[in-house]
Amino acid sequence: MSASVPSSTARSPLGSFTADAFAAHLASLDGAPAWWLERKRAAYERFAALPLPARTDEAWRFSSLQGLTLDGFHVGTPAEATQADDRIPDLPAALARPDLAFTNNHLSARATTPRPAGVVVSTLTEAAASHPELLKAHFMAQPQKLGSEKFAALHAAFVRDGAFVYVPRGVELAGPIVIHHRVTGPATAIFPHTLVIAEENAKATVIDLFYADARLSLPGTAAALPHFACGANDLYAAHGAQLTYVGAQAWSYETLSLQLNSTVVRRDARVQSLNLHLGGRQSRHESLSQLQAPGALSEMLALTVADGSQEFDQRTLQIHQAPDTKSDLLYKNSLRQTAKTIFSGLIVVDPDAQRTDAYQSNRNLMLSEEAEANSLPGLEIQANDVRCTHGATSSRIDPEQEFYLQARGIPREAADKLLTFGFFEEVLNRLTDDELHAALRALIETQFE
Amino acid sequence: MRTTDTLSNELEPVAIENPVAGIDQTKGDFQYDVAYEFDAGTGLTEKTVDYISAVKKEAPWIREFRQNALKVFRAKPMPTHWATKDLENIDFDKIRYYLAQGQKPKRTWDEVPDDIKKTFERLGIPEQERKFLAGVEAQFDSEAAYSNIKDIVAKQGVIFVNSTEGLREHPELFRKFFGKVIPTGDNKFSALNSAVFSGGSFIYVPKGVKVAQPLQAYFRINAENFGQFERTLIIADEGSEVTYMEGCTAPKFSTSTLHSAVVELVALKGAKIQYITVQNWANNVFNLVTKRGVAHEEAEIKWIDCNIGSRLTMKYPGVVLKGRKARGEVISIALANDGQHQDTGAKMIHAADETTSNIVAKSISVGQGRSTYRGVVHIPKHLKGCKNNTECDALLINTNSRTDTYPAITVRGDRNYVQHEASVSKVNEEMIFYMQQRGLTEGQAMSLAVNGFVNDLARQFPMEYSVELKRLIDLEMEGSVG
Repeated sequence: MSASVPSSTARSPLGSFTADAFAAHLASLDGAPAWWLERKRAAYERFAALPLPARTDEAWRFSSLQGLTLDGFHVGTPAEATQADDRIPDLPAALARPDLAFTNNHLSARATTPRPAGVVVSTLTEAAASHPELLKAHFMAQPQKLGSEKFAALHAAFVRDGAFVYVPRGVELAGPIVIHHRVTGPATAIFPHTLVIAEENAKATVIDLFYADARLSLPGTAAALPHFACGANDLYAAHGAQLTYVGAQAWSYETLSLQLNSTVVRRDARVQSLNLHLGGRQSRHESLSQLQAPGALSEMLALTVADGSQEFDQRTLQIHQAPDTKSDLLYKNSLRQTAKTIFSGLIVVDPDAQRTDAYQSNRNLMLSEEAEANSLPGLEIQANDVRCTHGATSSRIDPEQEFYLQARGIPREAADKLLTFGFFEEVLNRLTDDELHAALRALIETQFE
Repeated sequence: MRTTDTLSNELEPVAIENPVAGIDQTKGDFQYDVAYEFDAGTGLTEKTVDYISAVKKEAPWIREFRQNALKVFRAKPMPTHWATKDLENIDFDKIRYYLAQGQKPKRTWDEVPDDIKKTFERLGIPEQERKFLAGVEAQFDSEAAYSNIKDIVAKQGVIFVNSTEGLREHPELFRKFFGKVIPTGDNKFSALNSAVFSGGSFIYVPKGVKVAQPLQAYFRINAENFGQFERTLIIADEGSEVTYMEGCTAPKFSTSTLHSAVVELVALKGAKIQYITVQNWANNVFNLVTKRGVAHEEAEIKWIDCNIGSRLTMKYPGVVLKGRKARGEVISIALANDGQHQDTGAKMIHAADETTSNIVAKSISVGQGRSTYRGVVHIPKHLKGCKNNTECDALLINTNSRTDTYPAITVRGDRNYVQHEASVSKVNEEMIFYMQQRGLTEGQAMSLAVNGFVNDLARQFPMEYSVELKRLIDLEMEGSVG
């Protein structure tokens, strides 16, 4: 942990997000509808009223609370976004052409890809005017159950813009919709948001790429800068919809990141999500899947490459609210140096959700003597006709495999990389899009440079 | 095709012994008039603590220890940020903190007072089995009432006394280990126990001594609002081996009672301790117990724990693996019926290289019963060759039964190996159908299936305990189906 982090006693519940900062933020919003502003005000009140997480909060067990400081940041402004150079880093093909690109929470680029009639790929600001009812119904409409109520309120209060994706009934999109969320400048705070609604029997793939200039090695950019990223995404899959979501996070190594996901899966719908975690000094990811009607399936995947003194904190909740639903979670962490990971997962089966099939697995590959992996795989089952299993393992690889690599003179760093890719392959193979698979591999490679 | 009539006729001669028949279910529901010679009254103050200490004629350091513990108890909050809110229903002012017969432990069965013998009668232990269980040290309320195995083991140099006697007669030994495994401030209830403890066993097994027969104690609660706070300390010196067994049934009372024991085990180099519990508390008992052992080099501590009954049980037997190659094990069976919450689990703290731990927990939830597995496995940095294996299986009998699993596993470093697995299932319908086809009632079939579910663990119990366990499961399963 860097020396600049204030001690816990210095943490203020508002940090840089004071009433004045909020007033300035509101003043900078041009033409936002009244209901939107009203929601933001209510959210700010909730943020200000809620305390920062404390040591005795079960939802924050094992987390480093002293690193959760809100001080020393400023909300990114439009001016900064336009001043930033508009180069897009050298990315693998599947990620290189964003449909929407946001810099410091402002739209900085958009592609004009022809789409089937009725498909909307726009900004939240535009959606507030064009689709207010959809936004009202789905924007952060789900409960926060994983400990970050305060940060969810902060996000809703300060979010300036984000992506809005709407796929109408029966429309199947061939290629993925790619959204970039970029942060630039020192001590910037950003609030990225992506809202995806897949209507009945629609099919789509949406990719969020989160990055800081320095992290993806844009030539000529400064070394790692401290940032604060407080993001959220809402995924909604209506009756029979098929939604694939990929979130790839490559913030700077000095970033404090909180990302809050909500997934709602309706009858016979299927959502596959894969979150890749690479950046951040301290990164927390909360993921809530609600299986609301029979036949719903949520596949929750995550890959984390933790090195240096990074801390990755992942909290998940699979709620089975109806009979005959299925969820399948597989979170894999590769840990090097003094990195720390926390996986806390909970499967909840409501009293009437008979014939639930739920799976939850956390696998930790320990690649150093100092790394620390914490696993809290939980179950709360209130129906009896269920199949629920979970598992957690933490270990180094099989000594025989290790000996094989050593015998061939493969250096430690290269061996770690090989082992990590071998370990991750099972998860990456769940993606049906080969180009996307290759792009994620390329991103993971950057963590070993 | 056969008619239904011939089918039933054919099945008639197949005599299936009803495992539940012949057991009087009101047994265990008794309350007995006892002339309590020492009674500290209800509520907990400094005076209560002084009173207990005075009655027991304790040395000043123990009284100070108790008074300090009372302060810690008062200062500590209820752990409701993670535990059930039901804990808030304990009214500490309505509990009796000390009650004793005031008798010295008896040597022979003949010397045991008739009224106490009568209590054992109601326990349903048959004459034959009573002889078999001749080694039982029966604890009636707070004090040991009967003990004779002591004489046998004394020949080997084993000390097997109640904790009061242990404190009085072996202060050096007692003080050296007492409160070291579970410090007063470990949790609110260990602090409470440290303030008001009475009863429990003190055992010392000398170097190299292997105690052939298990040391046993039956615990009973027998007064309304009477909390029992026994304190057990077992020290197994280098290379020794000992098995300790405790079992409890309790009368049903109208208001809640509290049982809050502290059990500390110390296994020195190469020693082995096995601690077996079969408990069946009444539905109104809060059973909040702290159990932990320290295993030194190449030592082994094994907890075999079976929890049936009580309103709320919170018990997580632990092993601190302090020496190289130490081994810890927890085998746990929990059965929660209507109105019961079994919050049980295990705690494995690895503190030396090449230590191994194993946790196998099976729970059964019947009716609206709730069973919870809560566990901690901790492997700090710079250790190598540590292994943990955890398996939790939950069986849900009825549609409204509930089970939870909350493990916490921390591993540092790349030279250790940890795996955790849990599953939740219900009784296989085909299995029940098969057994019903062969003439068992649904209840009997269910009982057999549940016994099968725990069988691999139950086999690890000594014979008479596994018989008792089977009987208890049969009783609990009665009326759960149909």
